[in-house]
Amino acid sequence: MNDFVQLWVYLSTTPLFGLAATLTTYLVAAALYDRLDRAPWANPVLWSVLCIGGVLLATNTPYPTYFAGAQFVHVLLGPAVVALGWPLWQRRAEVKKRWLAITLAALIGGIAAGGSAVALAWALDMPTEVVRSLAAKSVTAPVAMGIAERVGGVPALAAVFAVITGLVGAMSGKYLFDALGITSWAIRGFALGTAAHGIGAARALQVHSDAGAYAGIALGLQVVLSSILIPLLFRWFA
Amino acid sequence: MNALRGLALLLLLQIAGEGLTRALNLPFPGPVVGLVLLLVALRWACIREPVAAIAEVLLAHLSLLFVPVGVGVITHLALVSQFGWQLLLVIVMSTWIGLAVTAVVLRRLMPVTLPDAANRAGARDE
Repeated sequence: MNDFVQLWVYLSTTPLFGLAATLTTYLVAAALYDRLDRAPWANPVLWSVLCIGGVLLATNTPYPTYFAGAQFVHVLLGPAVVALGWPLWQRRAEVKKRWLAITLAALIGGIAAGGSAVALAWALDMPTEVVRSLAAKSVTAPVAMGIAERVGGVPALAAVFAVITGLVGAMSGKYLFDALGITSWAIRGFALGTAAHGIGAARALQVHSDAGAYAGIALGLQVVLSSILIPLLFRWFA
Repeated sequence: MNALRGLALLLLLQIAGEGLTRALNLPFPGPVVGLVLLLVALRWACIREPVAAIAEVLLAHLSLLFVPVGVGVITHLALVSQFGWQLLLVIVMSTWIGLAVTAVVLRRLMPVTLPDAANRAGARDE
């Protein structure tokens, strides 16, 4: 028994623990998600975060200890953002043909998402750094962190808001689109990529290939538009 | 092998992006500049093939990559519990507004020309 405790104490302080925990928990969550017919509430990111977070809290393991291993997964977010150029390039004919409609929808949708978040937080009298961290919540987490840093937000908070936003979008998008009578997979995917970034796009990819492709386009566009516009808007108005 | 080569290319493009944003003091994150550089570089087949191989893998497992950041919520439990329901309200409402506005605008701007109606649209173009 004592040996076991010692082994646990040893393992939980090596990077091995965080990496193995992230991968295995996600694989189990993803398998359950498939088994449950990909029901929105069974979102694998949500359940992985809840399980790992719960274990860390219950065992009093500090987040940096976990992150020492999880960073090997985390670091791939950078190349994944670069890789978003691939679906964009694949659909370049379509994008060229409809660039005005697509760009306008991405622009207006992005402003609606970020603007309403900032306005609501401001109306509720939240601290300035929280309000500023909310601006980039519809952009994929690594980019949101970069933007937050530039506009005086807290990068870690921005990442958390982005993840929650993605989860909300991925889990409720289906019902919202059904209620609004949006039947086109392309439009549903594009909206998910615009307002719920990578987690929304991942959901779109799992549901339909058209939705996935348009979500990829929207995600890439939102990354470019937000990183240019949010810092500029803050420079002008704040 | 191709996928590994692709990963190396993506990392190099990201580094190039990070370098450019710092050197030119650009207002956006390095990976975004890397994305734009990739769009230019994809015209060459020697870049396209390896990048395609790794991009499919990375994007297929995109949601896994958000787990480490997501777990980071536990470091902000104080803030989350202080503003708990208000924060959730702000995030949920603004996400729904963003989703609805994007979908409605796009439906207005290109009502019949999407892949669902690709056949009809194609026929009209000719």
